[in-house]
Amino acid sequence: MLIFQTGRDSRRFGWVILFLTALVPVSLAISVSLGSIPIDWGAVVETIRTGKSSVDHTIVFELRLPRSASAFVVGASLALAGVLMQALLRNPLADPYVLGTSGGAAVFALIVMLSGLAYQFVSLAAALGAVVSLALVIFLSRDSGGWSSTRLLLTGIVMASGWGALISFFLSISQQNQIQGMLFWLMGDFRDRGPGLVHYLTLLVVLIASIFASRGLNLLVAGTLKAESLGVHTLRLRFAMLIGAGLLTAVAVTLAGAIGFVGLVVPHIMRLIVGPDHRRLIPAALMMGGSLLVITEMLARTVLAPRQLPVGVITAFVGVPLFLYLLRRGSRQEMP
Amino acid sequence: MTLLSADGIEASIGNVVACRDLDLSLKPGTVWSILGRNGVGKTTLLLTLAGLRPLTAGQIRVGRDPLNQLTRRARAQKIGLLFQNPDIQFPVTVNETVMNGRHPWIEKWRDSSEEDQSIVDRELGRVGLAGFGRRNLSSLSGGERRRVELAALAAQQTELVFMDEPVNHLDLHFQTELLKQFLANYRSKKRAVVMVMHDVNLATRFSDHLLLLFGNGETCQGSVDMIANEENLSRLYQHPLRRYPADGAYFFYPS
Repeated sequence: MLIFQTGRDSRRFGWVILFLTALVPVSLAISVSLGSIPIDWGAVVETIRTGKSSVDHTIVFELRLPRSASAFVVGASLALAGVLMQALLRNPLADPYVLGTSGGAAVFALIVMLSGLAYQFVSLAAALGAVVSLALVIFLSRDSGGWSSTRLLLTGIVMASGWGALISFFLSISQQNQIQGMLFWLMGDFRDRGPGLVHYLTLLVVLIASIFASRGLNLLVAGTLKAESLGVHTLRLRFAMLIGAGLLTAVAVTLAGAIGFVGLVVPHIMRLIVGPDHRRLIPAALMMGGSLLVITEMLARTVLAPRQLPVGVITAFVGVPLFLYLLRRGSRQEMP
Repeated sequence: MTLLSADGIEASIGNVVACRDLDLSLKPGTVWSILGRNGVGKTTLLLTLAGLRPLTAGQIRVGRDPLNQLTRRARAQKIGLLFQNPDIQFPVTVNETVMNGRHPWIEKWRDSSEEDQSIVDRELGRVGLAGFGRRNLSSLSGGERRRVELAALAAQQTELVFMDEPVNHLDLHFQTELLKQFLANYRSKKRAVVMVMHDVNLATRFSDHLLLLFGNGETCQGSVDMIANEENLSRLYQHPLRRYPADGAYFFYPS
């Protein structure tokens, strides 16, 4: 139907999707099994059967699974947000972290936390911060002909460092005992609290909406006016994508702070594997992003155990070189 | 019968007024060329006629319907537009690019059909790129990309065909052959074609009507035989042009 076509390409795509569908539970299982304390799965099964509590069961279901689920939702949200922002801005280098969207969400969330408002407002503020930040970048970097790559990236990067400075400012004026928790917003990390219903729902709704919009997205990356001439309501589509990408960034930020480059790396890799067609790219990037962050979170806990590394540090180790490589390759492509 | 009629329209961008109080009537089987100096608003007028820019004044009708009251989909089924310089930011195959032209005809939640694919294959064959479907568009030369765009436009199967510098990047052979072949095809199918052209001689040779934009909103239109003379064209380009006979026709030579 929408995704599956006949021919060699779709058979390959079928295998990729099959692999990714298997990768999701496998990565979750590996991540839950590994850690500072080895798990006795017999005891876990015993608890599920008899209801008699055990340490192993508690570690799996109350400590590790929530973290892994968070990692999956964050990875999936960032990857999808990356795909949407890249189509929206027609720029393969767009990503919630690079363009300061995550930073905006973090600053708004921090302000609400420091002012002592209820926890529910934090997510709301993060969503607002993400949309405002993305809208600002779009507005400020726009010129008559659309968006030039350079101006867009510069505006986003400057915006990101501005948000970073604000976060540092909040850090410097806050109490000693708050600082450890606030570093979370700067580096990106997980807590032992799983995603809530609102996080799952946001991801699901934006996913369904993007799959339905994916043919429009395919046309949009060929040019806004061109898409319009082929019958796409580009204004509505771009507005919906702006909101969708903003909400997904907010989901990621409220769960894990500012984690960088997932939204850049994953869409790029998946484009190489399944091609640029959004009907394929969106589900593939979502599953890959989720699994990748589940594994990354596991590595962050285990590589230097018992120390835990911030997940954002690991994603940056991978993301920064790749970003630089893409930037170089991009500039060479512009001058054939 | 008229496919598109413009009634007292004004098209402008910034301070540039492309045309003022222009009446235009596009009949089936006619080919128009828009000529003018750089920056007089040729592209702006074309985009306005295609419904992609708002009118400053006047009204445009497609058949009997006002252009601005058509749904986007209905408009895309009637008006096809070839853009001047499409830039590629993301990798895309030749087949996908031509299939984009079928977008207005594919039902919303459906995928392209066998018939769509056979149209795509036929149009690719027509521009001499059969078998290029799986190639990455950015691996093609400028001229080959232009031919892919022309194939996509033809696959859209619209009764109004607007082209902004269709032979840009094409070599001499394809400039002549493709224009001849495409326009003959469009004429026989009773479509109406409007092209923005830079080459006066290609315009006079392949179109039957001319629309001259002098700048400041002043225009002049009519059949090629009526309009294409030394006086009009020299004034248009603000450069002296001489007309010479050649092979039963004529060509213009800038002195």
